[in-house]
Amino acid sequence: MNTQAQKIVVVGNGMVGHHFVDEMAKHAGYEITVLSAEDRLAYDRVHLSEYFSGKTADDLAMTTPAYYNEIGVNFFTNAKVTHIDKAAKVVTTEAGETYAYDKLVMATGSYPFVPPIPGKERDHCLVYRTIQDLEDIQASAKTGKVGVVVGGGLLGLEAANALKELGLETHVVEFAPQLMGVQLDKDGGALLRSMIEGIGVQVHTQKATSEIVDGEECVHRMNFADGSHLETDVILFSAGIRPYDNLAREFDLALGERGGIVVDNYCRTSDESIYAIGECALWNNFIFGLVAPGYTMAKVTADNIIGGEQQFTGADMSTKLKLMGMDVGSIGDAHARTEGCKSYVYSNQPDQIYKKIVVSADGKELLGAVLVGDTSEYDALLQYALNGIELPENPDGLILPSSGEKPTLGVDALPDTATICSCLNVTKGDIIAALDCGAIDVGEVKSSTKAGSGCGGCAALLKKVTDHELEKRGVEISTDLCEHFAYSRVELFHIVQAEQIKTFDLLIEKHGSGLGCEICKPAAASILASVWNDYILKPDHVSLQDTNDVFLGNMQKDGTYSVVPRMPGGEVTPDKLIVIGEVAKEYNLYTKVTGGQRIDLFGARVDQLPAIWKRLIDAGMETGHAYGKSLRTVKSCVGSTWCRYGQQDSMAMAIFLEDRYKGLRSPHKIKFAVSGCTRECAEAQSKDIGIIATENGWNLYVSGNGGMKPRHGDLFAIDLDDETLVKYIDRYLMFYVRTADRLTRTSVWLENLEGGLAYMEKIVKDDHLGINAELEKQMQNVVDTYQCEWKTTIESEEQLKRFRQFVNSDTVDNNIEFVTERDQIRPAQGDEKKYGVQIQAVDLTPA
Amino acid sequence: MITENSWQTICPTSDLIKNSGVCALLANEEQVALFQVGNDKIYAVSNFDPFGKANVLYRGLIGETKGEVYVASPLLKQRFVLNSGACLDDDTLAIKTYETRVTDGQLEIFG
Repeated sequence: MNTQAQKIVVVGNGMVGHHFVDEMAKHAGYEITVLSAEDRLAYDRVHLSEYFSGKTADDLAMTTPAYYNEIGVNFFTNAKVTHIDKAAKVVTTEAGETYAYDKLVMATGSYPFVPPIPGKERDHCLVYRTIQDLEDIQASAKTGKVGVVVGGGLLGLEAANALKELGLETHVVEFAPQLMGVQLDKDGGALLRSMIEGIGVQVHTQKATSEIVDGEECVHRMNFADGSHLETDVILFSAGIRPYDNLAREFDLALGERGGIVVDNYCRTSDESIYAIGECALWNNFIFGLVAPGYTMAKVTADNIIGGEQQFTGADMSTKLKLMGMDVGSIGDAHARTEGCKSYVYSNQPDQIYKKIVVSADGKELLGAVLVGDTSEYDALLQYALNGIELPENPDGLILPSSGEKPTLGVDALPDTATICSCLNVTKGDIIAALDCGAIDVGEVKSSTKAGSGCGGCAALLKKVTDHELEKRGVEISTDLCEHFAYSRVELFHIVQAEQIKTFDLLIEKHGSGLGCEICKPAAASILASVWNDYILKPDHVSLQDTNDVFLGNMQKDGTYSVVPRMPGGEVTPDKLIVIGEVAKEYNLYTKVTGGQRIDLFGARVDQLPAIWKRLIDAGMETGHAYGKSLRTVKSCVGSTWCRYGQQDSMAMAIFLEDRYKGLRSPHKIKFAVSGCTRECAEAQSKDIGIIATENGWNLYVSGNGGMKPRHGDLFAIDLDDETLVKYIDRYLMFYVRTADRLTRTSVWLENLEGGLAYMEKIVKDDHLGINAELEKQMQNVVDTYQCEWKTTIESEEQLKRFRQFVNSDTVDNNIEFVTERDQIRPAQGDEKKYGVQIQAVDLTPA
Repeated sequence: MITENSWQTICPTSDLIKNSGVCALLANEEQVALFQVGNDKIYAVSNFDPFGKANVLYRGLIGETKGEVYVASPLLKQRFVLNSGACLDDDTLAIKTYETRVTDGQLEIFG
């Protein structure tokens, strides 16, 4: 028996060649050798443009020598193969090294096509393909002011983006009448053009370059066939790709008429020991210029080598991408070329959105789609197209703006063969198999299937499918609050309201079990506060409050607290400012201005809090609720009182609103802002409630967010008068307080709310549910029962006892230590406590 | 100085806060978090959070899972079982526990 390992030699180490190595290395009994003509191993070409936005060659690398060593792969860079001896099964490199093979895999890829234009070899005429090209482009860009990309396809526009980011005046020259002619139809292409021109890239279509000569103002002058010309310093050719098939040509493998190594469904060339994969391979007279089909070919080849029967049967060329910040998507028959097909088109010029779907003659099947400006429906449409899922009765509903009744595609409707991650070709069936093998959540599904590790665009769908399948097998994606309550927060809110429950003890006795926990206690405390607005440190409530609420301060890492007095709208009198300064000085507190236009004092021990607050309250200040899941601040600009541009008195409105909603306990913190004009100095569109003054009143924006997941607020209503504005906010916020999950900001809440913004508009503006009077009444109750929690606290002997560090001693916690940095305190770190030496925050001393 | 462990009188039980915590200082300067759960059950554990490295455990929320009563650290919410000191989120770390008794309405700790 021959036990020697089969020798696999791979020519080329691009993304597809590397993927093949990864697939092949899973199987024992093969000796894999990689020969790469380039001087580095595989890197990510799909995200090449990120090289200009700060990614390094290392960031883009898909593998490392260490990894190949670890999986036992031999590899040689700068090893260009120049000779194939098919009979002896040996390849020879430029340096004369020979490598014997049992199976040879050609993954030589492609090169950019440069049209045969006289002058194309001049300096600063470049292509956009490798990291080396990018370095050349960067160097050329430094010497010039103007750049031209020849080619208005997908890659050309990416190249144009690169030139723009390098600071050049950028032009795109395209031979065809429109941009992205492969993926987009005429109208989609036209909209994309106007969007691209809108950001300052000039587009010239129907231009054939006849020659490149010396320019007068720039390095080059491009003369076009129609007699016009364009001057530029840098030219990038991006006019398509050509397969690297010269080895195959020289050593007699079958080629296509216009190049490309002919392969069958097993990716075998005309020599059965030689395979070709990726952009050098011609399948069914077609070269696939995307990475996903290349990956499939790599997988098929590895499978065939080990004796499997997988076949390559073509690939979906649908694509979704962001070009220069603009969303573009194309699915299947974008040009409506199928016989008898019909199209639905939605066009919105003001918002720069164009959507088209192409359906079969019987209207049941989705054949193609074009999406420009908004690709939010791409994933659902792709699933309809790929899996032949029957369309709803009115398919146009799929692309019309949300009317609250958009047909949704349930993940249950997807067949097991549905591709969820098209980069790594992971199907719904693969996900189910991963769950069968013991994966218990999305993270584990990802690591066992690799789904989502390509472009990452499938993340949301992947989670939906995984959660749905888990649910189906009884692994509940439970909406229960915790093990003590088999209810969601919303359900508990209704129970508290309907049964007039005023304490946690009664709630858990009647509707829960056990003693409660750190999840349900604060959630119940928040609900009780929203409904009844009692003092949160009452004996009934004190044991429910979370870390910050329980001592009415924000606990810091060392157990000290920060103190934030309210400063409505960021307005503060000099006298109050002086008191804050005096307090900070007396208690040696670290002092910092916050993002919410107020002042934060850090480093107060728990036993110091009451005295500090007494001083602040005596000076006319009150708690800022910086510690609560409640209204934080209403940020503001000075508005029409001071500003030359102000339309309304944003200051007065901000102060009024902050005073109205302060103390409102809610599922998460709430931030407002009021801007006095459209210049938006208060950044209202990034707030839960954002208000922008107009000539006629106020525009109301809702559910914006900064922070972890920024979201622009949605414009909810325009030109409101003061009274209507307040009514709308009352209703919107109280509906949020009633219906959101715990710890859910208004942004996430709205996005998950069935019916979304349109539904909220119906409720708030049209009283769709008939509850507006109730919502307003409930809010008014919160407003009427407001109390400054710190004032109540310092007036109660019982409460003050809680603020001692020790129940049996007046000493203080000796573990709290500070060091001085930039003239203020900061907590001492581990070694500083132990050795008393200060560690420098930024250490720039030369080694 | 070596101090022998002994019963130390801490405070009247009325100083405890039901379902919440207070902190006591022992003669050897150890800080003890005291929790009264329900009407009469009293637990005493170290006040030092070994994760956050701060004396804060008495300010944590009391919770219960499957009958075991714990305190969740106010800093990063690691849970420590009150009668054993075991950490439910990391079995490599645990906190010290103390014996308690009530004599004439006064809480005493052995430490």
